[in-house]
Amino acid sequence: MTLNPVRDAREELERRERPVDDKTMTPAQAVQLVRDGDHVAVGGTNYARTPMGLIFELLRRGVTGLSLSRALTCYEAELFLAAGMADRVVTSWVGIGHTWGLARVLRHYVENDLAEYEEWSHLGLALRYKAGAMGVPFLPTMSMLGSDLAGRAGAQEIHCPYTGQKLLAVPSLNPDVALIHVHRADVFGNAQIDGYSLMDVDVSRAARRVIVSAEEIVSTDVIRAAPERTVIPHFAVDAVVEMPFGSYPHECYGLYDADTEHISEYVAAVRARGPAGALDYIDRYVNAYPDFASFVQSAGEGRLDDLRAQAEEMMPR
Amino acid sequence: MTATLETSLTPDELMTISASRLLRDNRVVFAGIGLPLVAAVLARRRQAPNLTVILEGGIIGTHLSPGRLPSSTNEMRAAIGAEMFTSVTDIFLFAQRGFFDYGFLGVAQIDPYGNINTSIIGSPDQPTVRLPGPGGANDIISMCNETLVVTQHEPRRFVEQVDFITSPGYLAGGDSRAESGLIHGGPSRVVTDLALMDFAPDSRRMRLRALQPGVSVDDVKKATGFELLVHEDVDELPPPEHEELALLRELNGPA
Repeated sequence: MTLNPVRDAREELERRERPVDDKTMTPAQAVQLVRDGDHVAVGGTNYARTPMGLIFELLRRGVTGLSLSRALTCYEAELFLAAGMADRVVTSWVGIGHTWGLARVLRHYVENDLAEYEEWSHLGLALRYKAGAMGVPFLPTMSMLGSDLAGRAGAQEIHCPYTGQKLLAVPSLNPDVALIHVHRADVFGNAQIDGYSLMDVDVSRAARRVIVSAEEIVSTDVIRAAPERTVIPHFAVDAVVEMPFGSYPHECYGLYDADTEHISEYVAAVRARGPAGALDYIDRYVNAYPDFASFVQSAGEGRLDDLRAQAEEMMPR
Repeated sequence: MTATLETSLTPDELMTISASRLLRDNRVVFAGIGLPLVAAVLARRRQAPNLTVILEGGIIGTHLSPGRLPSSTNEMRAAIGAEMFTSVTDIFLFAQRGFFDYGFLGVAQIDPYGNINTSIIGSPDQPTVRLPGPGGANDIISMCNETLVVTQHEPRRFVEQVDFITSPGYLAGGDSRAESGLIHGGPSRVVTDLALMDFAPDSRRMRLRALQPGVSVDDVKKATGFELLVHEDVDELPPPEHEELALLRELNGPA
């Protein structure tokens, strides 16, 4: 029988109950949902709303053979490559951010054939998640047609049965696990995102297991007071972890700005020493602390306050 | 323009100003990060106050704050003054629907037919340099109603053949773009620090249309790594005005 990942993902869902239970866990418990060899979708985009707390916990635990997918990567992908925990990155762009130049560590791994960069257009990847979220095996688009991306990625052309128009059929993507950081969630997993939702809503629906970290765990009454802000319903969530500053040193819309000094320090380290710089980063900022909260505290209240103030200043008023 | 401004004008400033002048009012522009975004915001402050600027992070109608330009299309600096937030996916679907008049991109390598490479230098199986990849550029040039390209004019960027087509222009020229299924849009103009180019109607090869002040046709040909067509009437682009440059510098903020 033809492989049909979206059908398999659906059958897995049909077999499960959807109890309204308290799903709060410690970070260490939550990342047990990730298994060796999994495809892990990382929420957020570039340095926005990255689930950094969950990523650090996963790095601390150690896993092997991961594939990572993300809208646009930042240096989190490099950390997994350098740590030997991932060997495949599925995305449309690898970099740190416009001002920081090329992703040195990722380049090293791909140029030396140590890891694979499976390259899709931004919409191509987005529609792969969306197809997964919609429960259909592909979606048609004009994206990637005529380019060398389509052939490299193995995406197939189709003709519209009504008009004959040539289109690209991008296959669904149902990641094994999604890591998603949100502004607030209740203990059951009803989750709210402020600002831009990026691809996270589709990612959460496409994935087989969903770990949500939240800046704040709130009562269900708080969720009910603004149901239009809820973008992930409890039945699509498997674990809820409270992680204030859970995207630090990346930004979380409206709450804190990215710590560009910290990011620049990482970039300087890998520029000087390549993957060894990334490993050193993991030692200094992940392994040196018992948990993510201690790492965040190490930034100092003054710096965290500044990042809060910078975010506040950019909010609409 | 004063002598002081003229002497201190950088190639990036010249390109940004020339590119911003191409954007007309009452249109929607889907801008890439960096120079295209700055040019779009500059156009809003000049001839196109009703130009709507879109960023792929899900941001519709950004205004930006002078001196605080974003380093990513999905961050708070990119969201200042926005009218709507939506998903990344939704932004590209607006483009596919046909709402976005202009795409606006920078490039690493471009060929005579406007095909753009931001993926790989060398062979795809054994890349010498692994570049960042398409980001939204493939989608933008495939689906916006027309796409403007802005880049420095150097032989290593203007190449006979790109190593990899990340973002398709007119492919092999003629009707090949439409035959591939890309029935809308395509690159319309290329702005550089030396010149303005378009694409000849039938062959779809890049063609010189206008020169930056003080630049000769020969200068442009020397900086182009392929045979550039030359329009029968090559104009000279008007130099940046004092006010334009002052506005641009205010936007960019202190270096």
